[in-house]
This record gives sequence, structure tokens and C-alpha cells, in this order.
Amino acid sequence: MPSRTSERAALRATAADALKIVIVGGLGVGKTTMVGAVSEIRPLSTEEVMTEAGAGIDDTRRVRGKTTTTVAFDFGRITLTESKVLYLFGAPGQQRFWYVWDQLFSGSLGAVVLVDTRRLQDSWYSIDRLEHHRMPFVVAVNRFTEGPGVDAVRDALSLPDTVPLVDCDARLRHSSKDVLVTLLRHLTTWYAPAQETTS
Amino acid sequence: MRQRPVDDEAPDRLYMVTGGRTRADESAFDSVSLIVSECEPAPGMQSEHVKILRLTRRPTAVVELSAQLRLPVSVVKILLCDLLDTGRITVRHPSALRSAGGPSPELLKEVLVALQNI
Ligand SMILES: Nc1nc2c(ncn2[C@@H]2O[C@H](COP(=O)(O)OP(=O)(O)OP(=O)(O)O)[C@@H](O)[C@H]2O)c(=O)[nH]1
Ligand SMILES: [Mg+2]
Repeated sequence: MPSRTSERAALRATAADALKIVIVGGLGVGKTTMVGAVSEIRPLSTEEVMTEAGAGIDDTRRVRGKTTTTVAFDFGRITLTESKVLYLFGAPGQQRFWYVWDQLFSGSLGAVVLVDTRRLQDSWYSIDRLEHHRMPFVVAVNRFTEGPGVDAVRDALSLPDTVPLVDCDARLRHSSKDVLVTLLRHLTTWYAPAQETTS
Repeated sequence: MRQRPVDDEAPDRLYMVTGGRTRADESAFDSVSLIVSECEPAPGMQSEHVKILRLTRRPTAVVELSAQLRLPVSVVKILLCDLLDTGRITVRHPSALRSAGGPSPELLKEVLVALQNI
């Protein structure tokens, strides 16, 4: 096959439906590592600028036509079936990132909040924003060091029992895969049509 | 933080590649819409359009084009609007855009099974 395009692994010709999962977390928490651990391509990085439509009414800092919010993120992908492909995004949880959430990540199946127990406070904001966007998520503790156990982390994050919280090692494919499987199981419950109002 | 290219030298380049347009109907594209070229690049076409038509001989997501072209996602969407208007590309939209009530149980099951098997 010819030249440059053959260097990257192209999708199947039958690929027709792309899905998204977003991994959010603080600086250096292991987002790119996790994407790379399960992706069929080396993580690619790019960026987004906030467009006019993306400028939320809550963005009071924006000076008309002047300030540009730029957010860098990376992504990998997993071919699921003949027609379906899953994109995994690694994205920073800092404030300006949420200005481009709708532009980039509306329609995501769900999210993983990746946390480092040495800097739990970095994830408070992300959890708050995901709840705001009604985006279902699980929390994965990337174990750099021993640190507090999952129960202590759950307390520190004020995480309801309904949100799964798991330990992981983002460097390991099977461990990162388990996090995604946990998320999908959670999504099955989350999106299940309510059968009774009481349950 | 790393220095991002768009913060400094890039505005001129963004202006050039988009012909100064700020916003076409970018909502025609999701960040993971899959783009497929329907023709070969023609002589005299803008170089970014040529690159897109070459990259999309096989389905390629908007974000992958963005990474390959080193342009922000929304700039790529503007470039894609031109190609869509002139029938040079077709778009395979994510089904998530059509299902207002969120993903179906069948879809979630399909994804779960596929992930368990990677
Ligand atoms: N010990 C240990 N190191 C890890 C683990 N996960 C990631 N790392 C290392 O931590 C560093 C940061 O990981 P990245 O994946 O680059 O983190 P990131 O969240 O993408 O970082 P930014 O994009 O810079 O915010 C890298 O050197 C990784 O090799 C882990 O589970 N344990
Ligand atoms: Mg990273």
C-alpha cells in the first residue's frame, strides 16, 4: 500500500460507529499511560480551542474575540467489532478543560476519574463537573505508593456507594482493561430504564 | 504546563487554513465522526484539504485528523465543512448522537463483551 498513510494503523473500511470514554485526572496521574495500556495505537495527542458556541454563560473571564481557551488531550482506540470502534480520551481535569467538554465529549458513554492518593484534592473538581454533566463515572486509584485504602479514599472524595471505586496499575493492560470493564458494568445499571420509581 | 503551539504562533496559521472563517456549521461533525473521502485530491486544492482526502481513504475520526494535521479539532471541522459541501467526503456519525435516551442495553453489552476479549 502506498506511502505515508500506511504508516498509521487505519480503521477497518467497515468502521461506522465510534464511541467515546473519557479518562480524566490531575497532572501526571497516569492518564496517557492508561490510554496507551489498552489502545491498539500509540496514544496520539492534539488540542481543542473553545469556539463561540462552546463559550458557556458561566465563562465570565472571556474577553470577546480575544481569549482562546486551549486544551491538550490525548487518545487511543480499541476496535470493538466490524463496525464499532471505541475512542479513549485522556484529558486534564483542570478548570478550563470543562469549557470544551461539550465540544469534544458530549455523547460519551461514561468516564473514568483517575486519582493519585497523594493528591486526592486534584479530583474533587472533576467529580463535581461530571456530576454536573450527568456523566456516569467510576473512580480508579492509580497505585503509585501504598497510600490510604479504597474506603479511606471513598470517604475523602465523599463518593456515594453507587459509584464504583477500584485500585489499578495504569501501566498494566489487564488492570486498565478491568477498569473499563468496571465502568461498562456500572453503565449497564446507570442507563437501565427505571422499572419502578421506588428501586 | 507545556507550551501549546496554538497559544502563540498559530493564530496566523489558523487564519490561513480556514480562510479567516470563524465558524461554518461545525455541528455537522462530532469529535469522533468517521470521515471517508469520496474522491482523490485535485490539482490546486488547498494543502490541508489534500491531506485530509489522503488520510481518509479509510474511515478516520475527526480527532485523528486533528492529531495528524496538528490542528485544533474545531479548525479541522471547518476544513471538513468545505469538503462535505462539495461532496468530496462522507461522514459516518456516532450512533450516540441519535439515541437521546443514552446508549441501549444491547450496545453496552456489545462493548462490555468486546472489552472483556481484548
Ligand atoms: N509507579 C507508577 N508509575 C506510574 C503509574 N502510572 C503511570 N506512572 C508513571 O507516571 C508518570 C506519569 O504518567 P502519565 O501517563 O504521563 O500521566 P498523565 O496523567 O498522562 O500526565 P499529564 O498528561 O502530564 O498530566 C509516567 O512516568 C508513568 O510511567 C503507576 O501505576 N505506578
Ligand atoms: Mg498525559
